[in-house]
Amino acid sequence: MKNTLIKLVASTTLTFGGIALSNVALAQKVDPAVQAVMDRSFREQGIAKLDRIQQDEFQALCSDEKFRDSPEGKKKAEALQAAALAAIKPPSDGKYLGSWANGEKIAQSGRGATWTDSVKTVNGGGCYNCHQISKQEISYGTIGPSLLGYGKTRGNSDVILTYTWNRINNSKAYNACSNMPRMQHFNLLTEQQIKDVMALLLDPESPVNK
Amino acid sequence: MRFATMETTMKRFLFAGLTTLLLSSSSIALAQSASDQLAEYRKMLADGNPAELYEAEGEELWAKPAGPKNASLEKCDLGLGPGIVKGASAQLPRYFADTNRVQDLESRLMTCMTTLQGIPEAEMVNGSFGKGVRKNIEAIVAYVVTQSKGMKINVSVNHPKEKEMLALGEKIFYLQGGPMDFSCASCHAVDNKRIRMQDLPNLTTQKGAAEGWGNWPAYRVSSGTFWTMQQRLNDCYRQQRMPFPIYGSDVTVALSVFMANTANGGTVQTPGLKR
Repeated sequence: MKNTLIKLVASTTLTFGGIALSNVALAQKVDPAVQAVMDRSFREQGIAKLDRIQQDEFQALCSDEKFRDSPEGKKKAEALQAAALAAIKPPSDGKYLGSWANGEKIAQSGRGATWTDSVKTVNGGGCYNCHQISKQEISYGTIGPSLLGYGKTRGNSDVILTYTWNRINNSKAYNACSNMPRMQHFNLLTEQQIKDVMALLLDPESPVNK
Repeated sequence: MRFATMETTMKRFLFAGLTTLLLSSSSIALAQSASDQLAEYRKMLADGNPAELYEAEGEELWAKPAGPKNASLEKCDLGLGPGIVKGASAQLPRYFADTNRVQDLESRLMTCMTTLQGIPEAEMVNGSFGKGVRKNIEAIVAYVVTQSKGMKINVSVNHPKEKEMLALGEKIFYLQGGPMDFSCASCHAVDNKRIRMQDLPNLTTQKGAAEGWGNWPAYRVSSGTFWTMQQRLNDCYRQQRMPFPIYGSDVTVALSVFMANTANGGTVQTPGLKR
């Protein structure tokens, strides 16, 4: 039964892309009164359009702590995670690792997707905003776990490669309410950029593993 | 009325130099958190804050006839009675019977500037930070908030509309959206977290909220400008990748009620001095 549900959700997701998750059971909406206040309090500016205040199901679930912690909420989180995991695209050429040097630049840049950015802005990963990554960069945030020595301690078996790839592509496939943005789901990073960040974490030559 | 004294001029030079130091430093400064650097910076300035220049301008603007009605703001009621500025910002936001709304300092100033001076609200709402009539509002904010410095934050939630805004503000604080799934809580709901070297106050606790709410509006060293709470919230939403929060909108007032209410009992330290 569960597998059928996952397959069903996965196929829906493939058909409609990122926004298809609304077909998962147990739909949860923002309080209409709150949504009305949101709708009249924001206006679009540059690339930041009003669709950004229309929540998808992950956002709705994770905005409501009480529901999220209820048995029904936990069930919903599992269903959303399974659907998200099924929707992650593996690297198109089968290669997981790009250039760690480029990965470092991507990890440093926090640019992109704000109303002061344009469609031409090359997005950064903003990784250092929340994670310690290499020893050399001491200006790092602490919202996410330290990734210092990531590849050195974990190795680069297929399991680790796939897990890390999935986690960067859509961290919410493992933890529906992870603080980490869904990089592939919202096209925040390109496939090549994700490969480069992968190399930063896993390439034995990367400063992260020295 | 104040004048740019020698001392003020000296402070401005000192600021310019320190700003450069603070922003360009890579190796030395990064060994400390941004808060440590600011603490040193404050010490070097003693009690000075470049927000004083905005404050002086705001004091003049408050008393000066302006707008189509050529009236001053001296009859503006900020919650403690017409013309009373002392202590006013420590009890804002609050419910106002004449507008039947809960208002923060800036939305209340807009009401006064419309009713007393005849300045169209749209001109203020649609303006830009640091420009035109909004520049005047910012100076007046600097003046008003300085008049509550050292007092206790004391925001009431007795009126049903205040209760409603508090509940709304709390919900909005946790409301995720945008392409990065961020809410205010993504950065401000846990103790002792940082983005890069910037310490993040936990706005869900009294201590954290008092630190955050109690220090804004503030002079911002990195931009060399005075930022009101509306501008602070606006830039938070920009970084959340959300659309543009309308100046004085209910979302911004509700969040302010939530923060101020959580901060109740803390000390007003405005105008603050921030990175």
